[in-house]
Amino acid sequence: MRHLLSIADLRRADIERVLDRAESFAEVSGREIKKVPTLRGRTIINLFYEASTRTSSSFELAAKRLSADLLNIKAQGSAVDKGESLKDTVHTLSAYDPAAIVIRSPHAGAAQLVARWSSAAVINAGDGKREHPTQALLDLFTLRRRAGRPLDGLKVWIVGDVLHSRVARSGILAFSRMGCDVTVCGPPTLIPRAIESLGCRVRYSLDDLAEADVIYALRMQHERMGGSLVPSLREYAARYQIDARRLGANQLLMHPGPVNRGVELDAAVIDSPQALITEQVESGIVVRMAVLYDLLAGGPDAHARAGRLSGADREPVAPQPA
Amino acid sequence: MSAAEARPSASALPALDRRPTPAAQALIRGAHLLDPRAGLDGPGDLLVRDGRIAELGAPGALEAPSGCEVVEAEGLHAFPAFFDPHVHLRTPGREDEEDVASGTRAAAAGGYCAIVAMPNTDPVVDSASVLGSLRDRARAEAHVGTAFLACVTRGQGGEELTEMAELADAGALGFTDDGFPVERAGVLRQALQYQRLAGGVLCLHEEDRSLSGAGVMHEGPVSAALGLAGIPSVSESTAIARDAALAGYENGRMHVQHVSARESVVAVEQAKQAGVRLSAEVTPHHLTLTDECVRSLDTGYKMNPPLRDEADRLALVEALRSGTIDCVATDHAPHSREEKEQPFEVAPMGVIGLETAFASLYTELVLPGRLELATLVERMSAGARVLDLPQPAMAPGSPADLCLVDLNASWEVGEAGYESRSANSCFAGRELAGRVRMTLAGGSVAYRERTFAIEAV
Repeated sequence: MRHLLSIADLRRADIERVLDRAESFAEVSGREIKKVPTLRGRTIINLFYEASTRTSSSFELAAKRLSADLLNIKAQGSAVDKGESLKDTVHTLSAYDPAAIVIRSPHAGAAQLVARWSSAAVINAGDGKREHPTQALLDLFTLRRRAGRPLDGLKVWIVGDVLHSRVARSGILAFSRMGCDVTVCGPPTLIPRAIESLGCRVRYSLDDLAEADVIYALRMQHERMGGSLVPSLREYAARYQIDARRLGANQLLMHPGPVNRGVELDAAVIDSPQALITEQVESGIVVRMAVLYDLLAGGPDAHARAGRLSGADREPVAPQPA
Repeated sequence: MSAAEARPSASALPALDRRPTPAAQALIRGAHLLDPRAGLDGPGDLLVRDGRIAELGAPGALEAPSGCEVVEAEGLHAFPAFFDPHVHLRTPGREDEEDVASGTRAAAAGGYCAIVAMPNTDPVVDSASVLGSLRDRARAEAHVGTAFLACVTRGQGGEELTEMAELADAGALGFTDDGFPVERAGVLRQALQYQRLAGGVLCLHEEDRSLSGAGVMHEGPVSAALGLAGIPSVSESTAIARDAALAGYENGRMHVQHVSARESVVAVEQAKQAGVRLSAEVTPHHLTLTDECVRSLDTGYKMNPPLRDEADRLALVEALRSGTIDCVATDHAPHSREEKEQPFEVAPMGVIGLETAFASLYTELVLPGRLELATLVERMSAGARVLDLPQPAMAPGSPADLCLVDLNASWEVGEAGYESRSANSCFAGRELAGRVRMTLAGGSVAYRERTFAIEAV
């Protein structure tokens, strides 16, 4: 991989290579000293134009565990606030010769623009309502570990506000790519027209939820609830909340976080043994380490890239088995 | 220069402003003359004297009088020059993007003899004084005939009518709030009533903004995949249906701007069948491109109305062919590079189109056999008729509004830059067939491709 912009760009083999690499990093994470020297001397820039806690902190830890130098840029209080264009910001940051730029933006396609304007490897950490590819990869990783088998044939229901959800879009593509059978379900006002063209089925009620092997609940985004998309959260919860009554004993429950307790999920299911929510957060670090590794040290493109860079200490160093 | 040459020539299009230029004296020899309305389709000579078409003849039949330029045009086609009812000249306010001189130079290079400028400038054209200064500017700078529409409502606010009668007296060709719909039915009804006094066509940007909302592209599979807010086709077609009902009720005269969806074609067709005095235009980009282009998130494909799907495109082509849609309009909308070099959702809507209109349609519609060349040529100038102006014609006695086009010449869009001050073409980098070599507008030479060989006799 040259960049990670969209799940649509990945073949199944690419995904599996990253997930396998994440497994080896998971072993490292079990050790007392969790750091490997793989990216020593390389600079990674976290460029976040939207508030984010778990994605930015997880990228930060991933970079640090790979011994990279990290620069965190938040839109607030930076030149961005003074009206600097994305292009000028990227040109300025590129002068620091970063190996990778991780970008979160409220606008679809922002990561592509950064990739066009910079020679760094670019990782899309969420672009508008379009995609959030590392979230989808960590979801696959988490599910694969729990399932203990390939994901082919698993029925995945993605439930909630699909319209405003980049997690849903990357999820539909990623689960489908791994052979899952994907259904999206939510209020008709929150299901985009023609979403089935991405390769999923559409349901407007949870009546057939029992068929699902995996229930993936989406965050109900209060900040995006303008107009009358949903008459009330109360009505939403009555129809679409996953609670103990709806979650079967053999079904797995996932959620990208942060959870609105009592809206999309009932408190009882969050702490149930079927829930993978905490594991998803843990997986975030190792999967993002694997993505950085693949782009900067491991993949076929990474060697070409490393060759172009000057200076010593640029040889990729793979993590040693424990 | 003789006295006759220095005299501004008579124009077929009296409401148009243009800088004074000498009347053309030219013998166009051996071109394929094509004017379906005049029944012309074959090789011939065409003599222009004092800016008017003096004589048509068989190839080699006409002699050049002394002082007359001879244009050896064998292998070229001569068409009635094109008329664009929908251009944004960005003046006053955004002269960095376009001005009267650059915009009309782009028009001349595209084979146009006249254009109509939209009033959504800064300030908007809603008073006789702004209109007057613009007309002065066009009389000093415009390379082709330029007409101006004025706003329907003050400040394009959608609330109060402009002084439509005074604006008409000051030379407004018609009225539009283009960029925005006339949102309130009651306001549009008053404009239609007032039209009886003021005259002029009401040109309407049809969009129900309660449906289009914050949309940035066509609503469909591509918007679903990109997570972009969609603009549904019905936001256009329902607005057309409403406004056509009002125009029918008031017996007003309306023109539907930039039709983009197949549902809208149906609405236009139904209104015409019901006897509403209504006309419609379509842009080259809606006739040749679809929302699949937007998958790249290239802001060069962002415009309003948006590119729609293949079935819409084909319906538009068929409507243009049948005449349900009357004419081609570019909706030439220049934007600066910085504005377009932003994420798709943030970048402004609009593309330039004057220099590529004919070539894009010839390449994408005529060459694959979807549209007759003669039909395209007629629709390229029918905008004049739609706005109650004489349509350019290739007939003795008519003013010389002509373009010479090399259909065999192919060129890469943007390779040699643009005459327009902006470069936001949705055809940039494409190889197109059909190159305008020369344009005569209002009886004068408005454009000549620099490499085009001419010979003074």
